[in-house]
Amino acid sequence: MNNDLYTYTLRIADDSLILGQRLSELCGHGPILEEDIALTNIALDLIGQATTLFEYAATVQNEGKTADDLAFLRYEHDYKNVLLVEQTNGDFGQTIVRQWLFDTFRVLFYDALQHSSDTQLAAIAEKSLKETKYHCKHSSEWVIRLGDGTEESHSRTQDALDLLWRYSDELFFMDETDQAMIAAKVGVDLAALRPIWMERIQEVVQAATLTIPTNNWKQQGGRLGKHTEHLGFLLADLQYMQRAYPGMQW
Amino acid sequence: MKETNLEALETAFQAKIDKDIRIEPKDWMPEEYRKTLIRQISQHAHSEIVGMLPEGNWITRAPNLRRKAVLLAKVQDEAGHGLYLYSAVETLGADREATIDDLHSGKAKYSSIFNYPTLSWADMGAIGWLVDGAAIMNQVPLCRCSYGPYARAMVRVCKEESFHQRQGFEIMSTLANGTPIQKALAQDALNRFWWPALMMFGPNDSDSPHSQQSMDWKIKRFSNDELRQTFVDVTVPQAEMIGLTIPDPDLKFNEETGHYEFGAINWDEFWEVVKGNGPCNADRIAARRNAKENGQWVREAAMAHEEKRKAKQAS
Ligand SMILES: [Fe+2]
Ligand SMILES: [Fe+2]
Repeated sequence: MNNDLYTYTLRIADDSLILGQRLSELCGHGPILEEDIALTNIALDLIGQATTLFEYAATVQNEGKTADDLAFLRYEHDYKNVLLVEQTNGDFGQTIVRQWLFDTFRVLFYDALQHSSDTQLAAIAEKSLKETKYHCKHSSEWVIRLGDGTEESHSRTQDALDLLWRYSDELFFMDETDQAMIAAKVGVDLAALRPIWMERIQEVVQAATLTIPTNNWKQQGGRLGKHTEHLGFLLADLQYMQRAYPGMQW
Repeated sequence: MKETNLEALETAFQAKIDKDIRIEPKDWMPEEYRKTLIRQISQHAHSEIVGMLPEGNWITRAPNLRRKAVLLAKVQDEAGHGLYLYSAVETLGADREATIDDLHSGKAKYSSIFNYPTLSWADMGAIGWLVDGAAIMNQVPLCRCSYGPYARAMVRVCKEESFHQRQGFEIMSTLANGTPIQKALAQDALNRFWWPALMMFGPNDSDSPHSQQSMDWKIKRFSNDELRQTFVDVTVPQAEMIGLTIPDPDLKFNEETGHYEFGAINWDEFWEVVKGNGPCNADRIAARRNAKENGQWVREAAMAHEEKRKAKQAS
């Protein structure tokens, strides 16, 4: 199998799965009914993306595994999502800031990936880009509303940004896998996306009257399977049925 | 003079109802008709919203990607039903947030079924099959309800409910045809949800005070007992089809009437749950209250931002 392509696809899939799982915790508990519905929509889109990506990863892996095997039956260190998406929902400010940092990245990423020489990834990116643009508009508007809203909402949103900023750097993490995929014209050069990402983040930060944290301490490791403490608990929920009732059809 | 006016209005109102002419928000209606509808529709809306919780429990633990997506979409549909229904309540002059506060204070009720816990994945099947199934029995006649906005909301809702019912039955039949462990999960879920599902139709007709007036107003078309009987008649063969046993030793088919006869419902349990003493009443209300309280600053922020935006536009 093409190891690099497998890992590359899995990393994208895991980002979608883990963030979709996080958002789905909120279904039925949203701050406003309309927002409950909107966040569930985003969760559904992400789970949908994850499903197609895992199907493709399973094909690339060629060991007879299914998308569900990949989604539900790996060990913690085999998940390759960025640390940002496994962070807890916190308050609505934290949920939205996490979403916005990620969506802003994802729009740029899919926009570039749709020109991939790998026709499968290109097609998935093209389809996912449409919905991700909508997610990004939604989360950006909320960051502005919350940042610019009341004193309380401003300070909560600033706190969320201060907390999550340290995980934003990892969105642009690249290693040999990325280099190989870029060389094969399959992958995206994330370094090239970074200035545009920063520009878009700054635009929203300004409209939201927020401040980009000066603390530039960065956390990474997710792409290599080294996670925060939060992921294990998330996986305990996610994998519960598959672990408790192994090998059954549902 | 005034009295004759009112009488004339009431007569004209009832005449419209008798001719199956829909009542619309701007039309004159008796105060009691308005009150009855506000009570019924807001209870219905609350049931949709509280009903998200027992199933919401299992979204993060759904056994595979397809089931997770389908369950997410299902629970999201219920939120949508809540939204249409709150809009319908507002056409009667009630305030959505005020009716929600009544739910949180315990003044307003919601369907008692949602006070039962979801203990296994099979409960997702049992709820879709039985609870959405019972909801359809209750709601299909409401598509012809005399109040226009409620009737139209029900048309949209019913389409989705029958989809939920089929999905639930499909989960149950997958389990019933699965491994012995899975079949036992399905049977256990049926055992726990069967009787509460029968209670969803409300008290026996002899104990149902509002029923006759609601029938005359064509808010209700069939009595509680009639609907319950239809539900039993439809559901028992479905259980047989997938090899599950209805947990009622008195259940038998009456060849003469063509109906199933079933055992006595435990109405003491029903009234206790309605009063707030069901296994999950406190948890359900606490979850809804939390959502509202945690969302308070978000709603305030949205309003404050909107005002600032308008002020900027004006200047
Ligand atoms: Fe519903
Ligand atoms: Fe439903």
